[in-house]
Amino acid sequence: MEVFVQQLINGITLGSIYGLIAIGYTMVFGIIGMVNFAHGDVFMVSAFIALITFLILSTWLGITSVVLALFIVLLVAMAFTSIINWTIERLAYRPLRGSFRLAPLISAIGMSIVLSNFVQVAQGPRNKSLPPIVRGEIVLMDGGGYPVTLAYTQIIIWIVTALLLVAFWYVVSRTALGRAQRACEQDQKMAALLGIDVDRTISITFVIGAALAAVAGTMYVIYYGVISFADGFTPGVKAFTAAVLGGIGSLPGAVVGGLLIGLIETFWSAYFTTDYKDVAAFSILAITLIFMPQGLLGRPDVEKV
Amino acid sequence: MRDPQATAALSAPLPRALKDAAFAALLSLGLFLPLVGFDTVTNIRNELILQTRFGLLAVIIALIAAASLVNSLVVAPWRARRALAEPKPAGRFAGELAKRFPPIALAFVFVYPALVLTLVGFQGSTKWIDNFGIQILIYVMLGLGLNIVVGLAGLLDLGYVAFYAVGAYSYALLAKTFGLSFYTLLPLAGMLAAFWGILLGFPVLRLRGDYLAIVTLAFGEIVRLVLINWVPLTNGYAGISGVPRPTFFGIPFNASDDGFAAVFGLTFSPIYRTLFLYYLILALVLLTAFVTLRLRRLPLGRAWEALREDEIACRSLGINTTTTKLTAFATGALFGGFAGSFFAARQGFISPESFTFMESATVLAIVVLGGMGSQIGVAIAAVLMIGGTELLRELDFLKHVFGQGFDPTQYRMLLFGLAMVLIMVWKPRGLVATREPSAYLRERKAIGRDLVKEGRG
Repeated sequence: MEVFVQQLINGITLGSIYGLIAIGYTMVFGIIGMVNFAHGDVFMVSAFIALITFLILSTWLGITSVVLALFIVLLVAMAFTSIINWTIERLAYRPLRGSFRLAPLISAIGMSIVLSNFVQVAQGPRNKSLPPIVRGEIVLMDGGGYPVTLAYTQIIIWIVTALLLVAFWYVVSRTALGRAQRACEQDQKMAALLGIDVDRTISITFVIGAALAAVAGTMYVIYYGVISFADGFTPGVKAFTAAVLGGIGSLPGAVVGGLLIGLIETFWSAYFTTDYKDVAAFSILAITLIFMPQGLLGRPDVEKV
Repeated sequence: MRDPQATAALSAPLPRALKDAAFAALLSLGLFLPLVGFDTVTNIRNELILQTRFGLLAVIIALIAAASLVNSLVVAPWRARRALAEPKPAGRFAGELAKRFPPIALAFVFVYPALVLTLVGFQGSTKWIDNFGIQILIYVMLGLGLNIVVGLAGLLDLGYVAFYAVGAYSYALLAKTFGLSFYTLLPLAGMLAAFWGILLGFPVLRLRGDYLAIVTLAFGEIVRLVLINWVPLTNGYAGISGVPRPTFFGIPFNASDDGFAAVFGLTFSPIYRTLFLYYLILALVLLTAFVTLRLRRLPLGRAWEALREDEIACRSLGINTTTTKLTAFATGALFGGFAGSFFAARQGFISPESFTFMESATVLAIVVLGGMGSQIGVAIAAVLMIGGTELLRELDFLKHVFGQGFDPTQYRMLLFGLAMVLIMVWKPRGLVATREPSAYLRERKAIGRDLVKEGRG
């Protein structure tokens, strides 16, 4: 029982991070029908930006208030990651819009290689570890010598994720921008005819995706305290799995899928073996796509001839 | 055709160019400030500390601003003038070159080792034949194999490295355990890989496009993770070493009395093995190219191409899409398996490190950059991408320019990725986008790039 509750807590935390990244995948796929391969690496870059901002704040500016530091780090990481993703879209994807369908995919794979190797060259190949920023935990249960704990970092991750999801949901469903996004998703040509700037809407989609990935990156750094240039690929694929599992193109689906993948991964590690936890995630991806390509909350894809 | 944008670019005034350059500088400040401006270093007490590199940041920003200025003042007007000028018909020379290129390239590939031997001598030539020749040819082979799946059948496969791995591990394990020879195991490894191709093919029959790509990616990763975790069989991360090397039809390449050098009355040199391996992989590449060429004439190959163009039309014409897809996967995997067992035999050591997703991406990039479906395009792309990045290892003189700490090989993959993006933006349909029709009426006409349809798989 204790193990179960503990894994539930850990799984939801991990799942929140995956969910935030998954939204970036699902939005881009929904709007331009492209798997943005570089998104996992954008997440990794944002984690590096968060790490560097933490160091600047703590060692140079001497800010001791954790809440203030966290707030600044989040804003800085979101801003810089957005600039990076905006530029990537502008340089590597926009010229290929309307072109042959494999071209953006290859371009995105190339961009993913560029990002991870750029970080390797600029910051070195070694793991970067940060001392824990938020310490302390709440002991929820203590039965049979296995205390169930809820760390403050986990609470922070839950709260930040929930707040951002609410804000994000508001933007997508209640604002003109969100309406434009949904319109472009359905029919770009028609949306353009009705006066929506399609290019601008797509750019903003990339910016929002990057900002959410930056939140995930910051959370990853404060939760695990370590990041390296190669840490983009696996979380990226898992978040993509989450997006597919939830139904690609569906925003609530991405969050649900993220939580499910996080839970499955932690429970698999706790009850079976950690060796094959990534195999589990990839198998879920394959099985979902083969038997349920529309995912949990997605719409079935009907092809018209 | 008068393009208004082009006319505007012709008369680009200086203030506008300056504004663009300022914007580029500002943008690059945003892009590079966190990751280039600051460096995270671990100090003696194992703490992470920051160092600033604002000088380097300033240099990068200045370079980008200068590039933007040059672009808007020189390059853009030049391109605009070219766009306004009447399009020139393609010269006779270009057509002749395109026709003569394949035989010339083939002849060059055959004499390449001899050329290197005379130019560099016995000592230095191993590097050129092994790192460049054999390495590139392995990728050409993989590219040609994947070309069957992606280029001909239009099935997007991001897990091709799995078949390469199956081939390599089959050869290594069977050769070490049962002592079978390379020539017995080469077809066997290929067949095992083809079997895995069919295994993968069955569940993904219903998938198409990006979904297919992602499932094959997952498959490739699962194979790699199993290779890592199934330690009793594969020895995990440590890999398998001491894989038997191929012999010259039974005569080993070593310094003993029965060795190749002694039998043929030559002084022993490791170069003979390298030469043999070079011609072996060349033969395999030519076999792949030849088989693909012939398969395109068979009903099977035509069914593949029909599948690529339109799956629904293909099905309504009575083509069995199930067998068509499965044979494409199996044939592609077969050549991947050949390449894998050659790779294991050449290295003498294999580990899961060699079969990462990066390899699949590289091979797919070669196929797409070459212009899907074009065999000569695959060869050109492999030379460009693999040879080009290998060449960076040779640029030691840059150390004298940038100081001893500068290591050009660090930038290998970075430039590889940039090249992928740039080639896609410049030529989204790849370098050789024209296509030879496999069926034609009276006269064979090359199909231009605008008519080459995408595969929807």
